[in-house]
Amino acid sequence: MIDKFVPDVAAALAGIEDGSVVLMPGFGNGMPETLLEGLIAQGAKDLTLVVNSGGRDTGPTADLLASGRVRKLVCSFVRADSVAGQQFAAGKLELEIVPQGTLAERIRAAGAGVQAFYTPTGADTILAEGRETRVINGRNCLLEYPIFGDVALVDAWEADRWGNLTHRESARNYNPIMAMAAKLTVVQTRHVVALGDIPPANVHTPGVFVHRVVHIPA
Amino acid sequence: MTFKPLDRVGIAARIARDIPEGWFVNLGIGIPTGVSDHVPVDREVIFHSENGVIGAGPAPEPDKINPYLVNAGTQHITLRTGGSFVHHADSFAIARGGHLDLCVLGAFEVAENGDIANWARKADDPTKQVGGAMDLAIGAKRLWVAMEHNTKGSGESRIRRACSYPLTAKGVVKRVYTDIAVLEVADRGFVVLDMVEGLTRRELQERSEAELYWA
Repeated sequence: MIDKFVPDVAAALAGIEDGSVVLMPGFGNGMPETLLEGLIAQGAKDLTLVVNSGGRDTGPTADLLASGRVRKLVCSFVRADSVAGQQFAAGKLELEIVPQGTLAERIRAAGAGVQAFYTPTGADTILAEGRETRVINGRNCLLEYPIFGDVALVDAWEADRWGNLTHRESARNYNPIMAMAAKLTVVQTRHVVALGDIPPANVHTPGVFVHRVVHIPA
Repeated sequence: MTFKPLDRVGIAARIARDIPEGWFVNLGIGIPTGVSDHVPVDREVIFHSENGVIGAGPAPEPDKINPYLVNAGTQHITLRTGGSFVHHADSFAIARGGHLDLCVLGAFEVAENGDIANWARKADDPTKQVGGAMDLAIGAKRLWVAMEHNTKGSGESRIRRACSYPLTAKGVVKRVYTDIAVLEVADRGFVVLDMVEGLTRRELQERSEAELYWA
């Protein structure tokens, strides 16, 4: 019998190593906050954190950064007055700014086995300096590589024992694509449902991309 | 004769007048966010929010907030009947893939060749607000910009011969809506489509670094 449920957060995050690339979804909601707190407690360090935004001066992303365990941040947006902005200014954090659509597509590409792609996004900007560009179909394009995760921390509304997931409204955001792009995909779910309870056509993230699920009720 | 510049809400309302029924539209953060408030409900315009919302509707009543439904500015919104949700990669496939009839972005500067600068004031700016602007700017069928014509402090023109801030994208802006005028970006440069009442051509040119042409 396939059963991906684990008893607690510690079991869900067991074995995450120093130096891991951690994919973390979330855009206003849909962020796996309990797993994130668990990652701080778990103690892995020298992490590369891949997330939409560098966050603010408080909150889950800020807490993880403030713990000093993140070596490099890959994101689309950093505020100067955030923990990320301050650590970067102080030379304590490596920063890779990626346009948001390119960030999503690099993650999707990793999950899909695409080893590189060209996109017009950012090709005419300082983000392209020193990098390979090429004119394709008359448009200047920039070469981009996938972002492979060692771990993805995923937030779900419902999960069954195969790891099939649903996500609420706009809380879906990066969750399905990050689940596909990591060697180890760990899910926190609000609700546990029986296998078959999620109508097959309504599964947002199929369980084949999921390795461990932990139930975190509201 | 005196003239009265539009406030930020006024700019948003002016843009809304020019959006026809049936368009699929993304609104950037800042002045553009307010545009949807001025499109009458019976004119069906579908608003995209890049966190995966198709058919974004107005803010909910305070007792009807859904914590799982926000827009790209992380404000609580509603979903219009007929709306749907997609994941982030599909949401940016919409942006990059030419599926949006229009994107309206805020900006620091726009140049007469259609260049836009809207994410940093200098290369080593500690605030790096790229977000989704670069994808939207190169991907939408039309890019319009909403911004004040001049900077608040020194009154410097944001309507430029060339952008002085780091670019978001090259040659993509089709139209600029400011607090005092509406400008089309044409082959010859900025063409004035509209001005606030009481403003003279000479006064508008004085407030613009780029040369203006008249429709």
